[in-house]
Amino acid sequence: MSSLLKVFDITGSAMISQSKRLNTVASNLANAETVAPPGGTPYKAKHVVFTATPLGDDASTGVTVEKIVEDSTPPKMVYNPGDPSADANGFVSMANINVADEMVDMISASRSYQTNVEVMNAAKSLFLKTLTISQ
Amino acid sequence: MNSKLDGYLNFQQTTISLLARRQEVLASNIANADTPNYKARDFDFNAVLAKKLKSANNTTASTDALGADLLYRQVIQPSADGNTVDMDVERNLFAENSLRYETSVTMITGQVKDMLAVLQG
Repeated sequence: MSSLLKVFDITGSAMISQSKRLNTVASNLANAETVAPPGGTPYKAKHVVFTATPLGDDASTGVTVEKIVEDSTPPKMVYNPGDPSADANGFVSMANINVADEMVDMISASRSYQTNVEVMNAAKSLFLKTLTISQ
Repeated sequence: MNSKLDGYLNFQQTTISLLARRQEVLASNIANADTPNYKARDFDFNAVLAKKLKSANNTTASTDALGADLLYRQVIQPSADGNTVDMDVERNLFAENSLRYETSVTMITGQVKDMLAVLQG
């Protein structure tokens, strides 16, 4: 019985982690077209790093976001000499975001989230079924 | 009378607690589907059940930890990040495990009803 309650902790941790991932994807997509201010650095893509976290005993392992790392790929350089934030050569540095990558990440995160909700619902119905023993 | 009732319900009780345990393990695998280097785990249900039933004959309560029996899943398709969770396998087993659990609950309910029928005549 208590094992079924543990499932809520496990899937809950996974849902929290996946929604953090969705958050970073959202901020990456929102900043996809941002330009660095004159002399400054542009927005860098952020990615979550998941890590498995034991919850009490061997059988249950949840997920947590260990850290959020910045993408190290160089900024996109766009030739636009008329832009006020262009450098001496006429290039504007923009955020290093690949929109296709982010969309894939977004779909993956939302699918994982959905799966965990389903697992949680299954555990819930089993738990309720257990309460009806002998009724 | 007490011990006879225990014996009567022991099989389903052990099965239900083990199935709940397995539900937990499978939920952990599904939760960690995107975690790099996570290795999917499971246990041999039949073997652990047999062991628990055997130990239950000697002592009334068998609450030994499952930990030692946890195994690692055989890799079907390797992945670049070292994760060995195969969603198809895990979801299949999860659905199957849920069904087994419901079956066990239905069976134990039937047993209790039988017992009540005997008592009430």
